Amino acid sequence: MNIHEYQAKGLLADYGVPVPSGYAATTAEEVDSAIAKIEGDLIVVKAQIHAGGRGKGTFTDGYKGGVKVVKDAAAAKDAAAAMLNNTLVTAQTGPAGRKVQTLYITEGCDIAHEYYLAIVLDRETAQAVIIASTEGGMDIEAVAEKTPEKITRVPVSPSTGIRPHHCREVAFSLGFAGDQVKQLSKILVGVYKMFWEKNAMLVEINPLITTPEGEVVALDAKVSFDGNAVFKHADILALRDLNEEDPKEIEASKYDLAYIALDGNIACMVNGAGLAMATMDIIQSFGGSPANFLDVGGGANEEKVTAAFKIILSDPNVKGILVNIFGGIMKCDVIARGVVAAAKNIDLNVPLVVRLEGTNVEAGKKILSESGIALTPADSLVHAAELIVKQVNG
Amino acid sequence: MSILVNKDTRLVVQGLTGKTGTFHTQQCIEYGTNVVAGVTPGKGGQLWEDTVPVLNTVSEAVKQHGANVSVIYVPPPFAADSILEAIAAEIPLVICITEGVPVRDMAEVRKALDATNGKTRLIGPNCPGIITPGECKIGIMPGYIHKPGRVGVVSRSGTLTYEAVYQLTTRGHGQSTCIGIGGDPINGTSQLDAVRMLNEDPETDAIIMIGEIGGSAEEEACAYIKEHVKKPVAGFIAGASAPKGRTMGHAGAIVSASGAGTAEAKFAAMEDAGVSIARNPSEIADALLKIYQG
Repeated sequence: MNIHEYQAKGLLADYGVPVPSGYAATTAEEVDSAIAKIEGDLIVVKAQIHAGGRGKGTFTDGYKGGVKVVKDAAAAKDAAAAMLNNTLVTAQTGPAGRKVQTLYITEGCDIAHEYYLAIVLDRETAQAVIIASTEGGMDIEAVAEKTPEKITRVPVSPSTGIRPHHCREVAFSLGFAGDQVKQLSKILVGVYKMFWEKNAMLVEINPLITTPEGEVVALDAKVSFDGNAVFKHADILALRDLNEEDPKEIEASKYDLAYIALDGNIACMVNGAGLAMATMDIIQSFGGSPANFLDVGGGANEEKVTAAFKIILSDPNVKGILVNIFGGIMKCDVIARGVVAAAKNIDLNVPLVVRLEGTNVEAGKKILSESGIALTPADSLVHAAELIVKQVNG
Repeated sequence: MSILVNKDTRLVVQGLTGKTGTFHTQQCIEYGTNVVAGVTPGKGGQLWEDTVPVLNTVSEAVKQHGANVSVIYVPPPFAADSILEAIAAEIPLVICITEGVPVRDMAEVRKALDATNGKTRLIGPNCPGIITPGECKIGIMPGYIHKPGRVGVVSRSGTLTYEAVYQLTTRGHGQSTCIGIGGDPINGTSQLDAVRMLNEDPETDAIIMIGEIGGSAEEEACAYIKEHVKKPVAGFIAGASAPKGRTMGHAGAIVSASGAGTAEAKFAAMEDAGVSIARNPSEIADALLKIYQG
C-alpha cells in the first residue's frame, strides 16, 4: 500500500525526522491558508499523486512541472491554481496521467548537498537493508548501474535492530563529520523504527539534504507498506487514498480477487497467481495483449466468478475473454456454473474462450456446452490462447 | 522414492478444526497420509471427526503422538506464531499453507529457522504443500493428478505445478516428490534447497523447476545446477509479460544483483545452466522429455 508524500513526511516527523514544515491542501481556500502559514523566502508547491517523476511531469493542459519552487505568495497561488484538479502525466503514470486532488505546500530549503537514503526489506537475506548514496535527487537505479561504488548497503538484522554502528557506517560512507553524524544517526534510528513498527516495505528519502547551515533534512519521502500487515495498523490504513487506485482494483479487493488492470484488450480469468501470469505470457506470445491479471483464487464460487466477470467487462478496452482454470481443489463444474450464471447475468458481447482442466472437468464441460452460451471451448492452454487472440485480432 | 515426506510421516495439523484445515485434512487422510494429531489452542481434549485427537500445543503432539511433520492452516495474523511454535517443539519439517503472512513476520521466522542450524526446515508460506505420490500428501494439491515415479518437481506456483504434474502423468511419467515452495518474498525453502535435495535423492532421476519473476532464487538454483547437477532438468518461468514496478519501488529492485528478477534474466540463467526450457506452460513436461526418456 502506497501513501502520499505529505503523509509520509507526517509519519517521519512523528519519528523525529526533520522535514520542512508544510500543509496539505485540497481546495483554493486551503491553499491560501497554507501559503499564509509558510515562513521564509521560498514556497514549494507539490502535486500529490502516487507516482514519481512529478517535477519533470507535464499536465494534460500543457502546464509544465508538478513541483514548483517560487518566491512569493502570488506565484505560489498561481502554481497551485494551475495544478489543483489538473491531470499530471509523469514517466511513471502512463499516458493517461493522474488527477491531482491534493497539493502539499511547504517551505523551501537552501541546499548544500543532496543525498539518497532508503530502507527496504531485502527478500534474499530476510532483513532490512539501509541504502545510502552521495548521489541524491536522481534516479537511484541509474546510479546503481553507472556508479555502483557510490551506493552503500548496510544490513540490519531483526535480532539486533538498528545500532549506533549501523548509523556510523552510513554517515561516514556519505562523508559526514561532527554534528552531522549525530543528526544522521537520529534520522536513521527514526526511519528504521518507523519502517519496522509500521510494517513498511520501503522508506525512501530522495533527496535527503544538508543545508548551508549544516542541518540534515528529508526533502522528499516515499513510503510503501506491506498490504498483508496493514490490518495491524488502523492509522496506516486510514492513509489509503482510493482516488489513487484503479476503481476495478478496488472492486476486486472487495471480493478478495487479485486483479491488476493492464493496457491490453484480452481479459483473463485464471486460478492461481503463477498460472495467471503464465496465461498472460502465452497470450502475448501469440501476439495478443492482456487486459488484466486476475487470480480468482482457490475458493472461487458462483458469486466470485460473476463479480470477476463484471470487473473485467467494466474495462472498455476488453475485446475478448479467456478463462483458464486448472481445477484442483476448486472443481471445474463449480467454475462452469459460475461462468454460465455470469454470462446470463451480464450482457456478454465479446468472444469468450474457456479452457477447463482438472477435477470434474467432464461435468464442467457438459454444463458449458448445454448452457447455450456463445463460447468457444479449448482443450489446452496453447489452443485457448491461440483461439482468443485470433478472435480478437481477426 | 522421495524426499522429506513418505509412508513414515506422522503429521500434526495446526489449525485442524477450522474450515480450511478440516477440508484439506479429510482429503489428505483419504489419500493415505498418517495424521496423528491436530492443534487448536483451547480445544484440546476433543476428537476431530471421531478420529484425530485435538491438542492445545504442538509440543504435546510431538511428545504424545510422535509427530514429525507439521502443516499449518491458521489465518495470516497467527501463522508466524504457529511456525515459531513448531520450531520451538523441534519439529523437523513444517509446511505453512497460509497465504498473506506479513513479510516482517517472515523475516523474524527466518532468523529463528537459521538459529535451529537445520533442525527444522520450513516449506512455504503461501504454498500448495508437498506430496510424495502414493505415500503421503500434505497440503491442498489434488492428489489424483499425481502418480508415483522418478521425476522431482519444485515450484513457486500451485496451479502451475498442477499443470506440469498433470502433463507428466498423462505422458506416463510419475513423480518422486513435488514441492511447492510458495510465492512469498521470504520463505523457508528456496528453489536451490529443493533442487539440491532432489539431486541428492537416489530415487529422483530428473527435475522440473518452475519459477516466477522477482528475487534471485532461480538464478541461485541455476548456478548450483550448472556446477553439480548431472540429472536432466527442465524449467519454466512465469511472468514474462508482467508489468514492471507493480510490486516494489526503485530501491527494492537494486538490492538484488543487477539484472536479476526479470523472466528474461531467469530464462538466460536456465539456458546457461543447461536446463531444457519450456517457453510456454503447456510444454513443461515436453521440455523435460526432450532430454529424459525415463
